[in-house]
Amino acid sequence: MRKINCKKIVGGKAQGLALLSNKPLNMLSMFDTKTGQIKDKDHDLFNQTLKNKILIFPNCIGSSVGAYIFYSLKINDVSPKAVICTNKCDIITASGCAISDIPLVDGTGASFESLKNNTKVTVDADKQIIIIHTV
Amino acid sequence: MELTREEERALQGEYGDGLKLAYKILVSIGNANDATKLISIKWAHISGVNFNTIGEAGVRFLSELDKETKVTVTTTLNPMGFDSKKDNNISEDFKANQHSIINSYLSLGVIPSFTCIPYEIFTLPKKGEIVSFAESNAAVFINSILGIKTNKESSLSSLASAITGKTPYSDLLIDDLRTPTTSIKPDIDIQTESDFGLLGYFAGKIAKDICVGLEINSEGLDIIKSKAISAGIGTSGMCGMFSNKNNDCEKISFGQTELTQVKDELNTAEKGDLIVFGSPQLGLEEINLLGHLTERKKFKKPCLIFCPRSLTECNNKMIRKLKKAGADINCDSCTCLTPLITKNDYDSIVTNSIKCAYYMKHANKIDVSLKDMKSITKEYCE
Repeated sequence: MRKINCKKIVGGKAQGLALLSNKPLNMLSMFDTKTGQIKDKDHDLFNQTLKNKILIFPNCIGSSVGAYIFYSLKINDVSPKAVICTNKCDIITASGCAISDIPLVDGTGASFESLKNNTKVTVDADKQIIIIHTV
Repeated sequence: MELTREEERALQGEYGDGLKLAYKILVSIGNANDATKLISIKWAHISGVNFNTIGEAGVRFLSELDKETKVTVTTTLNPMGFDSKKDNNISEDFKANQHSIINSYLSLGVIPSFTCIPYEIFTLPKKGEIVSFAESNAAVFINSILGIKTNKESSLSSLASAITGKTPYSDLLIDDLRTPTTSIKPDIDIQTESDFGLLGYFAGKIAKDICVGLEINSEGLDIIKSKAISAGIGTSGMCGMFSNKNNDCEKISFGQTELTQVKDELNTAEKGDLIVFGSPQLGLEEINLLGHLTERKKFKKPCLIFCPRSLTECNNKMIRKLKKAGADINCDSCTCLTPLITKNDYDSIVTNSIKCAYYMKHANKIDVSLKDMKSITKEYCE
């Protein structure tokens, strides 16, 4: 088990399997909001779904109305359980997670390089701690 | 971020679900932007009104807001999708969604201004006051030209600020951060509003920070040119302000090569099947100029003009002249993400607006011929 300090952006606590990417996401243009899948062929998460995952990615880019896509994923029951931004957290992700009740932390500075997809991760935004569970 | 006891109570839901949600949005953004506190605002301008911008998720989010929730400061609204007083060839589905959005905003108590140029229509707060403006051209304009302070807000953050009357104290609200770290130095004589727009578009792309320097003489900058620069900057990047304050920072030159480079990106057609003016919406000065340029002439191609309704309601002589010249005047709406111009009807448009060109190309997938207003009227009127 490894503990990582982080900064709380949206409160809450959740546990799930990691879904990692080094690439930013453009919420408005990349998603199938019915399935939660990323539909951009050039993205390393192509065809992966965010549903029930702990999304670990740098930040969102593009139009700020992309925040509503988080809300769309939430009402379609395909949203991530929690989100970790590895770059500076942006306002699209912050406001999107805020209106969708998705715990969100800024993990800038922490190393997620050794972490693999589907590793069990706990995000406790209120305590500002990320727990990486070893198998 | 430090909250007062009252703000903490509101965040816990003691004053209702609407305020709770609004504070939650502001606290998340404040945390992300390293704000130290919330600060009072004098005005909010909300974007995300056109159904094409916020989509079905936005419609649902707004309709589920607590009905008791009201705005607590003067709040104006960005354009919607079409002119509410005209017969438009718009689908019933679009209209129904659009009406739902408008009803949600009206129930909050906003002014149904449907304009992206509130700085030309309303008497805004004084220089130095803090506001929350979401429309990018308006945010850049009021920061840079009027000295009113705002961050480049989003649909959700401006809505939350309208409800709470507060915004996170960060970035462009802090005087020390309203100074450029990169400055653009034009090496060529820029004359037309379109070229000023391209300068803005270039500056917005290059800017590494929230305020970009432009080494231009502010005395020669009339409202049409300032507006073109602001809209250009707002379209291409995250930057929310320009300043010609002379300071020691990295200089980047803007010469013929750079101008051609950004122009080639947006100018994809020789000619247009439709003439489009108004992104941002045309103000009084632009309407007057266009009226003079088309005096006793007719447009050879269909011409769409987007402007605030208030300009058409004061028995404006120029509006009458423009209608006589064949222009189709549209209120409440704007070219940005408009459902009124589609690839089915037009392969290409001609416009003087950088913002219009960008959205036509990227959202409507229509080719654009980019020219200044004078050249357009010369070529497309007889």
